[in-house]
Amino acid sequence: MAYERKIGDTILAVDQISLAFGGVKALSNISFSVREHEIFAIIGPNGAGKSSMLNCINGFYHPQEGTITFKGNTRRQVRPSEAAREGIARTFQNIALFSGMTTLDNIMTGRNTKMNKGIFWQALRYGPAEKEEMEHRAVVEKVIDFLEIEAIRKTAVGTLPYGLQKRVELGRALAAEPDLLLLDEPMAGMNLEEKQDMCRFILDVNDEFGTTIVLIEHDMGVVMDISDRVVVLDYGKKLAEGTPDEVRTNQDVIDAYLGVSHDDDEE
Amino acid sequence: MLFFLETVISGLMAGVMYSLVALGFVLIFKASGIFNFAQGVFALFAGLALYDFIAEDGWFYDLFGFALPIWLGIIATMGVMIIVAWLVERLVLRHLVNQEPIILFMSTIGLAYFMEGLGDTLFGSDVKPLDIGLPSGAWDYLLDTHNLYIEKLEIVAAGVAAVLVIVLAIFFQKTRIGRALRAVADDHQAALSVGISLRTIWVIVWSVSGFVALVAGIMWGSKSGIQFSLSLIALKALPVLILGGFTSVPGAIIGGLIIGVGEKVAEVYAGPFVGGAIENWFAYMLALAFLLVRPQGLFGEKIIERV
Repeated sequence: MAYERKIGDTILAVDQISLAFGGVKALSNISFSVREHEIFAIIGPNGAGKSSMLNCINGFYHPQEGTITFKGNTRRQVRPSEAAREGIARTFQNIALFSGMTTLDNIMTGRNTKMNKGIFWQALRYGPAEKEEMEHRAVVEKVIDFLEIEAIRKTAVGTLPYGLQKRVELGRALAAEPDLLLLDEPMAGMNLEEKQDMCRFILDVNDEFGTTIVLIEHDMGVVMDISDRVVVLDYGKKLAEGTPDEVRTNQDVIDAYLGVSHDDDEE
Repeated sequence: MLFFLETVISGLMAGVMYSLVALGFVLIFKASGIFNFAQGVFALFAGLALYDFIAEDGWFYDLFGFALPIWLGIIATMGVMIIVAWLVERLVLRHLVNQEPIILFMSTIGLAYFMEGLGDTLFGSDVKPLDIGLPSGAWDYLLDTHNLYIEKLEIVAAGVAAVLVIVLAIFFQKTRIGRALRAVADDHQAALSVGISLRTIWVIVWSVSGFVALVAGIMWGSKSGIQFSLSLIALKALPVLILGGFTSVPGAIIGGLIIGVGEKVAEVYAGPFVGGAIENWFAYMLALAFLLVRPQGLFGEKIIERV
């Protein structure tokens, strides 16, 4: 990367998180911390617990042990709507858009936490609610501009090709002007050109808005290229944490990726 | 010709009544993907509650020695419907997040029977004439000048339905809460991730449909008294929805009008040839035919599925 960015203090600290579904341990004793303005990657083989980790951070899953500290607030369990209000936005591995709604409306939902005019005015769409609607529409138009999706503004997102849907989903997350952006496999299933576009958007978001980004990605080329630091998970445990170069040369990581057998795999 | 016109108009007016009930179904379906089988019972329940607040032989009168004025009775009934909405969220929906739509549907069938029994227990099962001072009788002007017989109450119902539709359509399309409602209907997880609270949204949407049920209950009650057959008449809303589309507020109105006019005209002109009573099944046959041609209804959102 050609430009210099200023990495700040810790914005998100994950401390000793353990999560189990019945008898299945999805995460055990995971700790890492993400600093402000950083691009932080979580990698690992399938089933390593990467998505579970994101789900803990934004409140979908409630870990049994450990704490998560975001912007100085320490707690174990958080509700998704609280997490959103505090400035955490996310995208999903399998796109989760509102498929019957237009691109514009989808991205407008991202403004949900910022709009607060009462239901009475809303029912009439009159007075304060109308003014509010216009202000937020302006922010959304900027996001649409930024992601270069002006042409599909009024299209129902269910009809869009996959790559564009991913972009709309990113737009919805960006519309919330988050402090922390969680991206779950933003490039899965994309062709080379779409991947390059997505990379550029992620770097631009980080650069222009200073948004801290935590992403899960399987494309190692992309991960090593754009992230500042990487944590590696395998079978719910942390294998390594460090800069891309440190991680690349870590023996445990190499073993995990080359498929050295686990003890518990053997009968 | 005059007779035909009268038939059509009385069909239109019956249609407005169907539409009012259908609206409640559309609201909940649009906002949470649940087909609320209990909507008709909601209208009945609201009507019964209102009657007991404002009538001299009601519960409220027995307890406190006076009946509420009509406007206060309506507000109190709205309060009751909001409490019902909150209870439905707290006791039923909250435990069924992320379940299949069919499971949610089954739970509303249970809810319908429960509410019907509860209404019977609380308010009794007599037919109750609801009179909140809406105009009744024929509209004299039309009767004198054109010899047309139209009930004033039906004109009022049409006006109320029109206002409701306009307000609801704007609410759904153009406001944050409207968008949040549609978002919840589409994808629970994604809705949560943008900070929409499912619980709040569900209470709001069930309250709004409780309000629509109250309006429907008032209109039906003023017309033919509040009685348990009201929850059966509500089933006529089903063909209305199939015609208009489950997700369309204007569709509920148009569908209701088509059904209303269709069954009246069929009854009068085709009835004699098949021995009458067409009115009872015409709506369902029409809906069946429609399902074959246009399953999403006239105005429903087209079902999009990328494969």
